[in-house]
Parts: sequence; structure tokens; C-alpha cells
Amino acid sequence: MFTDFFYILRQNKVPVSLVEWMTLMEALAKGHINNLDDFYFLARAILVKSESYYDQYDIAFQQYFQGVEAPEEIAEQVLDWLKDPLNRLFLSEEEQARFESMDFDELIKELEKRLKEQTEQHDGGGHWIGRGGTSPFGHSGYHPQGIRIGGRPGGRHAVQIAQERRFKNYRSDLTLDVRQIGVALTKLRQLRRTGLEDELDLEGTIKATAKNAGDLDFIWQRSRKNTVKLLLLMDVGGSMEPYAKLCSRLFSAAHSSTHFKDFQYYYFHNCIYDYLYKDVEREDAVSTVHLLHTLEPDYKLLLVGDARMGPWELTERYGAINYYERNEIPGILWLKRIADHFSHCVWLNPDDPRFWVHATVRMIGKLFPMYPLTLGGLEEAVGKLVVKK
Amino acid sequence: MKKDNFAQFSGSEDYVTSEPLENAVNVSIALGRPLLIRGEAGTGKTLLAHSIARGLAKKLITWNVKSTTKAQEGLYVYDTVQRLNDSRFGDKDIGDIKQYIKLGKLGQAFIAPERVVLLIDEVDKADIEFPNDLLNELDEMSFYIPETNETISAIHRPITVITSNAEKELPDAFLRRCIFHYIEFPTPELMEEIVRVHFPDIKGNLLSEALKTFYSLRKVDDFRKKPSTSELIDWIRALIAGGIPHEDIAKQVPFIGTLLKKESDYDFFVRNFATRRY
Repeated sequence: MFTDFFYILRQNKVPVSLVEWMTLMEALAKGHINNLDDFYFLARAILVKSESYYDQYDIAFQQYFQGVEAPEEIAEQVLDWLKDPLNRLFLSEEEQARFESMDFDELIKELEKRLKEQTEQHDGGGHWIGRGGTSPFGHSGYHPQGIRIGGRPGGRHAVQIAQERRFKNYRSDLTLDVRQIGVALTKLRQLRRTGLEDELDLEGTIKATAKNAGDLDFIWQRSRKNTVKLLLLMDVGGSMEPYAKLCSRLFSAAHSSTHFKDFQYYYFHNCIYDYLYKDVEREDAVSTVHLLHTLEPDYKLLLVGDARMGPWELTERYGAINYYERNEIPGILWLKRIADHFSHCVWLNPDDPRFWVHATVRMIGKLFPMYPLTLGGLEEAVGKLVVKK
Repeated sequence: MKKDNFAQFSGSEDYVTSEPLENAVNVSIALGRPLLIRGEAGTGKTLLAHSIARGLAKKLITWNVKSTTKAQEGLYVYDTVQRLNDSRFGDKDIGDIKQYIKLGKLGQAFIAPERVVLLIDEVDKADIEFPNDLLNELDEMSFYIPETNETISAIHRPITVITSNAEKELPDAFLRRCIFHYIEFPTPELMEEIVRVHFPDIKGNLLSEALKTFYSLRKVDDFRKKPSTSELIDWIRALIAGGIPHEDIAKQVPFIGTLLKKESDYDFFVRNFATRRY
């Protein structure tokens, strides 16, 4: 039953497993479903385990159940007949196939015709409008393309709920807010035992006490702390303007996150040359060489930028977009020095990956593993940063 | 199973639910699987468990998870230090290990003589591996104590509610065994109902003005932390206690401190809203 729905969900990248599918079947077998609305929520509760997949679920649901709400005036005539929902009824394969050919217009015409012929309330059966049953019209019945009339007053049709796609903003492949970024960044951690010995080592104490012939001998150890040091370099101005808000969110998430051992950030414009800047206005400069000398290679480097610029800005001496920078060393070599210095670097690109064909983007992409600045991309990037080398 | 057996939970008098949430709760009860609840802060995730317990007249056992909590603590703790101590000063029979086994919250829920509601609050606060360590126990609803060679298994499967703030991602294997529901932020209509549950005598125009101001504040994207339901309830309580006339609410937004909890949000509000009006 509904096996196609399972595959449509998977096509839509909802991670549904067999375990969950069997749970759904178990729930269906217990008869918890009275109509499509119930099914919508039941299947969602069992199959979908994160609000970020609710949108994909809605899309899949629309694809599978292309049922339509009946127009008001027809519904009203029939409403009186349809009071309480009956138990669900599922059709056999052949019966389904018989109905699948009818489309909505045909159904409406057929419904109107039958409405004229029908004079009394009708439940069950395969032709008349009523409750249960396999007629394409009525309530609580089962028909793949069927029209549902009435039901719970004011209740919305599940497909309509699906059509609203209220959960679009929860999708993880779209852009993100500070908290989401913060959550992604918390994965950036490596726990080491550091600091004062202020944690009781129970195992050690027991061993020592036993050796001490039962006299208590306390053993203390250092507690575990995050040792990750983060360096954030952000491209500002010019083509990055449209992403200013997104970048500032990333910044505030990283900044407010207290669990890094050290967090440093600098700005640049388009490409990195002799100097990096402590402020967005790029007035307070720090020499790049100085940074490379003072920051140990174990800083995790997070670069943010669209990596799009004139090719000369990257490859030429004096190529910097700001004429007075007069860089003796081309930008690409600066980037290479940085990439060589730090053991873990990633580049987050706010541009859509479809546009990463630009020459400079590809060149930089060869130096730094590049990820889109989305929740999924950020998570992958963080994964790359904590990997052991 | 009959239908009336299924639709057990329909909110309690002090907790307003939506239909999808009721459905999720009932499915989880019927299937005996843990219900995982996520949602914005202040949408009543924890209160849901309280409401289920009250609505179904069951005892509630709460296990508050902290960053230092280990899965084992929920099952049982073997108080070795106490035993060691007793062995030195020897006034108890230290051969009887049973007296040093203290059942954790999960263990208590298992041996309860009747079905209880078990709330595992903020499961994502603990270590990333924490939920995985509970997989088998939640699945089979039993665990083994090697020290006493005992198996504790649930007399009645507890109704398990697990809340999460999505601080850490939960492991897939754990998710597969749960029923999931995401509590959305209430619509203004639902919110009105919720407020009325807390303040049955509230005046209509005070309520509508307060809600209007509240939802317009929530639309401001620049707040670090948007005000949520619990803050709204506090705010309305303050408004009523302060006897603020309803026409002043939107103009002055009194007691803003109950709605905005971060200093930067407060500054932002004062700069952008308060000044403009005078």
C-alpha cells in the first residue's frame, strides 16, 4: 500500500528508511486513519524526522495525492449526508486502476450527474455519493483521484496543506539564521584535557584506593575543553554586498559562540594581498606575513567570499583592485601561502554553486575546498575542518 | 484497536494543542514509541509532557538532561563511593550490592506499577552520543544490571516525550525509532486561545492590542532573540498587574524588558521604535 509514495519521498530527498515505513504500516493496520488529513499528519510524524524536510514532504505529498477539493456549491448540497467519517477503505490494485483514468473535469461532470440521480443518503457501495465506499465522490472513501466533499467543517484538505508549503523556510539547503549557523559551528570542536586538575577521576581513585589497602586516595584529572581555534577571513564590499546580511549572521554566530579557544577575524576585499583588515572599512591593517607568523597552523581557517574577480586581480603583480596596494606578489600566491600554512582550511561561497564556473572561482577552488554558504554547505565545511589529518 | 482507544489525548484545560500535535501524541501512545518534539523556544515543548500527564491522569517522571548527563545515569547508578565508605566504617552489609544500585529516571519509569509519562527534556544538551546509548533501552524498554544480575523491564511501556532544541543533530538510528513533531509558532488565533487559557478574564481590547504589538515585534528580523509565547504571557501578566490602559500598549510598549531579554535587542528597540514615536 502506498509503496510508490515511499519512493516519491525518497526521490524528493526525504531520508525515509524501511524501519519508518514499517512503523507507518503498523499504524495504518491499527486503523488510525479516517481520511487523507489524518494520513498526512500521521505519515509526516512517522516518516519525517526534521522540520527541514517538511517542505520536501509537502512536495512529495502533492505529487502522489493529486486529489482536489470539491467546489463550494456542490459540497454544500452533499454536506448534510456526510456527518461522521467512517473507517477508511482501501481499494485493491485493479479497483484503483479503474479509477485512475478519470481526470478532475470528468469527475465534476460525473458528480453533478449522480447528484441529480441520487435522492437519499448513501453509505458504502461503489457508485453513489456517500460515506466510505469506493465511489470517486464522497467522504472517507478511497479513490486515487477522488473528490472529497465536506468532512470536518473548516478542516483543510491535506493536499491543500501540502500545497501551502509553509515549511519552505525550514529547508536546510536554503540560507540560514544566526542560531542555525551557531548550531552548525558547535560541531567545530575537538575536546582535549586541559587546565587545572579539578575533575575527580573515579576509576583512578578506585584503583589507587584499592592499592592503598582501602584508604581513600583521591585522583584528580583535567577536564575536557574545546581546543579549536578559529580564524575567519571575510570578503567585504563590491560583489559581496548582496550577501552582507548573510555574512554578518555567520560572523555573529561565530562571535557569540563561546566554545572556541580563540577566535580571530579579518576582512579583505576580493582577494588577499599584503594586508588584512580588522574593520569592514578596511582602515586598520595587519600585515598578512605577520599573521602567518603569529597564528599557529592549527587554527581552523574559514574563508568567506564569492571568489569572483578579474583574473588579473588574482594572477598579476600590481593586480589588486585598489591601485595603491601595489602588491609585488600576485593574489593567488598569497592565497597559496595561506593554504599551505594552515592545515585545515575551507572556503564558503555565498554564490549558488551553479555559478562557480567563473575562472577565478575555479582557481581558488583548487586551493581551498569550496562549499556553498548554506546550512548543508556549512555542515560539510565544518566536517572538513575537524577531520584528522 | 478501536478508534476511541486511539484518540486518548486532546490537550488539557491549561494547554491548547493543535490537531496535528494531538495526532502525533496519540500515534506515539498507540505505537509505544517515543515522541520527539522540536520547536522554537517557548512554544511549550516541555509543557506538553505535563499536559499529557494531566490529561491522561498519569504520573510524570522528568529527566532533565544537562551537558554532563550520561545515558547510564538514566538507567541506574552503582554508588561505589558509598559502598567503599561503608566498607571502611562497616555498619552495613556491603555484600548486598542491591542497596547501592539506585535506579535513574528511566529505570523508575520502567518499574512504575502503572503507565507513566516519561519526559526526557532537552535531549540535545548532552553529548552527541547520548541518544545512541539509549537506543536499545527505549526500543526494548528493558535493561540489564550486571552488578546484581538483574534485568529491569518495563511493566508498562511509559509514554515517552523527548524534547530537543536542535542544538545538536540527533543520530539517524535514534530518529528512526521516534515519532517526530515540530511545534510551529502559534498563529494569532491560536495564540489568543492560549492567552485566554492563562487569563480567562482578560479584556478583549487589551488582548488584541497586546497581540498586535507582539506579532509586529516578532516580524522584526534584527532581534537576536524574538519574543516567544512564555514572554508574551509574562508581558500580559505585567500589563494587567500594572493596569495599563489598552490604548497605551502599542504607543508606549510598557515593560518591554519582559519581551526582549538581550541587551542588544533592547538597545535596537529603543533606537528604532521608541524614539520615532515622540
